[in-house]
Formats: sequence, C-alpha cells, structure tokens
Amino acid sequence: MSANAKEVLMNPIFNNNPIGLQILGICSALAVTTKMSVALVMCLALTFVLTLSNVFISLIRNQIPSSIRIIVQMTIIASLVIVVDQILAAVAYDISKQLSVFVGLIITNCIVMGRAEAFAMQNPPGLSFIDGLGNSLGYSACLMAVATIRELFGSGSLFGIEILPLVTNGGWYSPMGLMLLPPSAFFIIGLLIWALRAWKPEQVEEPDYEIGGHTALSKV
Amino acid sequence: MSEPKNKESMKNIILVSLAVCFACSIVVSSAAVFLKPQRIANKDLDRNRNILEAAGLYDKASGQQVNIAEQFEKFEIRLVDLQEKRVLSDLEASDLGIDPASYDQRKAAKDPDISKVLTTQEDIASISRRARYSTVYLLKDDAGEIEKVVLPLHGYGLWSILYGFIAIKGDMNTVSGITFYEHGETAGLGGEVDNPAWKALWPGKSIYKDGDVGLRVIKGNASPDNANFDYQIDGLSGATLTGKGVENMVSYWMGDEGFGPILEDLRG
Repeated sequence: MSANAKEVLMNPIFNNNPIGLQILGICSALAVTTKMSVALVMCLALTFVLTLSNVFISLIRNQIPSSIRIIVQMTIIASLVIVVDQILAAVAYDISKQLSVFVGLIITNCIVMGRAEAFAMQNPPGLSFIDGLGNSLGYSACLMAVATIRELFGSGSLFGIEILPLVTNGGWYSPMGLMLLPPSAFFIIGLLIWALRAWKPEQVEEPDYEIGGHTALSKV
Repeated sequence: MSEPKNKESMKNIILVSLAVCFACSIVVSSAAVFLKPQRIANKDLDRNRNILEAAGLYDKASGQQVNIAEQFEKFEIRLVDLQEKRVLSDLEASDLGIDPASYDQRKAAKDPDISKVLTTQEDIASISRRARYSTVYLLKDDAGEIEKVVLPLHGYGLWSILYGFIAIKGDMNTVSGITFYEHGETAGLGGEVDNPAWKALWPGKSIYKDGDVGLRVIKGNASPDNANFDYQIDGLSGATLTGKGVENMVSYWMGDEGFGPILEDLRG
C-alpha cells in the first residue's frame, strides 16, 4: 500500500506528467507563466482544487449515479474554484488581479476533470488525495520550469528580483519580448517535452501509421 | 455499499444531485459572505492607492512603506455635479444623501434617475451612460490653495472598459500622473498601460490647447522638437486601439461633458 501510494505521488511528476505526457492543462500553462510569483499562486490554487475535488468525489464515488457523474464532478470542482477565487481576492488581491480570469478557468482545466474521472471515481479518498497532490506537483513542476525561463529571459528577473540587469535600468540585458507572449510558452513546453522524452524514451508514442514506400508506377 | 441497481434509480439520481447542489451552495455562499468585508476593503485600498499613485504620493516600485489610509487623509473628497457643471458643497452632497467617500459612480451610472444616456456624438469614450455625480479628490497645500486634483476616468479600450485616475496640477492643465486600476486589456500589449515606464511619460504634459483637449496618444515616439510635444504621449506598440481608447477617455472626461467646466471653475 505505501509503495503504491508513493508511486501514485511520484509518477505524475516525471513518468506521467499531466502537461508533459498527457498534454493537459496547456491553456493556463501558456497564460500565467510570465512571472514566477503569479505561476506559483496558480499552482497553489490548482493544488487546492485538484486535491480537494479528488477527495470529495472519491468520498461519494459509490453514490454518484453514472448517468450524472460528469455534472456532479463539475459542480464540486466549480464550487471549489469559486472558493479559491474568493480567498485570493480577500488575501492576495494584487495577484488575484493579475490572474484575473485564469483562476476561474481552473474549472475547465482538463487535469482536474481528468483525475476526477480517471482516478477518484475508482479509488478511496486517501489514495485520491495523494493522486491529486502528485498531479498538482507534476503540473507545478512544469509550470514553474516554464515560468523560470520566461521570467528570466523576458524580464531579466526571478520572483521579481533582478538577475540580469536590464538595459532600461542601466544594465546590459535587453529582454526578449517574445518570452512575454503566449507563443513562447508553446515553444518552451515543446522543448521540455522533447527533453523529457529524450531522457525517458518509453514516453514516446508509437506512430499511428507509417508512410508507405513509393508505389506509383512511373510512366515511361 | 449500495447495489448498482439502486444507484442508478431515478430516485437516487435526484437525491444525489440535490444533496450535491445543497452542499456546494452552502460552501460557496459562506465563502462569499465571510470574505466579503475583506474583499471590499482590498478593493477600496487598491483604489485609494491608485489615487495616491496618480498624485505622486505613492510609488510602488520604490518599495517604501506608505500608510495608505494616513496618506489618503490628506485629500479633500468632493462631489461634483456633471450636469450643472459645478462642485457641490458638503451640505448639498448630504442633501442628496450621497457620502462622497463611499459614493459608487459605477453603480450610479446604472441608475436612470442620476445618470444620463450618452448620444453617439457625445459618447467618445464609449461608456453609453454617465452618472450625474462624480467624486474628485483635492490635494491642498498649507495655504489652502489646490496643489493637485485627482479625477476618476473610464472608457473603452480594445476589449474592456479601463478604469483609472488622472492627477492634474494646480494650473488645471498640467498632468501630474495617471493610473489604471482595472482593465481587461491584453497583458503585454494593451495591458502595458499599467507599465510604470509608460505612465512616466504623462507627468508634465498639457491637456488643453486653445480651449480644447489637445492631448493625444500618437503612433511612435513623440519628439521634443515637435511643436506639439507637450500634448503628445508615445503610443504603445501593438496596442493602437488601447492607446486610442485612453486618448478618447481623456478627451471625454477633460472635455465639456466631463470635468472640463469644473476644472475651469477650480482654476477660478
């Protein structure tokens, strides 16, 4: 059991990363990774929603009729997201302003729904909690990695602390504007997935089909 | 464990959905109710901080600790009547039943009794309705002369209405600062209206040129050689429409329909 729990916790970080392997939750990874502090709060918000939604859904998994299970999961997730949004607006107002709609969009984050449907519906609450935590860690690891690269090269700072002195402040570093725009996150995530699959080749999917040889008869 | 047959029955479906909805609504509403005072306090604090920032009394970047509530005390909050185009006395304000410190202009703009629908011609800031009353914040020096006046602004940019404040010096013409505390423009493009570097372009610019609002957000960089340099703000690259929105907003609120006649009055 404990070995199993450890697996459930650690697997999503590298072996089965929700962003890296399952390619879920890309939307928020593109949107909120320009600054590390904002990305960190987003990760905490997602961790809260994901672990609790997993626990609650797992608690009532034997009562949920399968015909309405998706809407029940959605109701629980949406309620948790609203609670997080309210808490952020009350305690971390500045950051909640920067996150704006993206906290609300946790509702549509495929990771939350995916774990509820794939894991919490079949497993007991304790294990579901660990699964939620593990997947949040996997998501957070990926988000923080992207945010580190984007903030460092886009604004020359980490967590708002200047690392590369900017030209505008009398330094030498001229920031890469691209890093502040969403497409850069696409490139970085793509490169991260490449790196991850180079390290763990078992994650590479089998091609769906192979291009056949040239068969057309040449007309003489 | 209930049997699967039982679980899928209509009775159970209704029961489970009702129970889930009930539990969730209690959680959501209690979170909303318990955190409301804190949320409103944050919003007010943020707004007041923006007023201080516009007036140059608070600089976020410098990291200095400023007691916002204490600094804010320095302001004299007055109510103005945009229809009669004059500043109301405290007595008149209380006769109207409005406390300038807690007056919500956004809510008032929705009330048909104290707001007006703008015609297409008037509505250069694309706000459709304008409240009759607005608050202004006066900063006076020791002699009682007006040093700065902070005015609320809002208008449509590219995606959203931008809400902000503009501070004007005692000559009622020179900009002292501008801030935006709420907007939904694209981060990194139109959202750069928040950028301190851009906001730093505003102080010292003049608003009125030959009696009209002459301040423009131009394309590219304003050159000091240009005769109109004092009336030009560099546009934000990639955010032409947001810049246009800011320009329209300033034109509207500084114009005849907005605070124009009131500034005239205060200059007195």
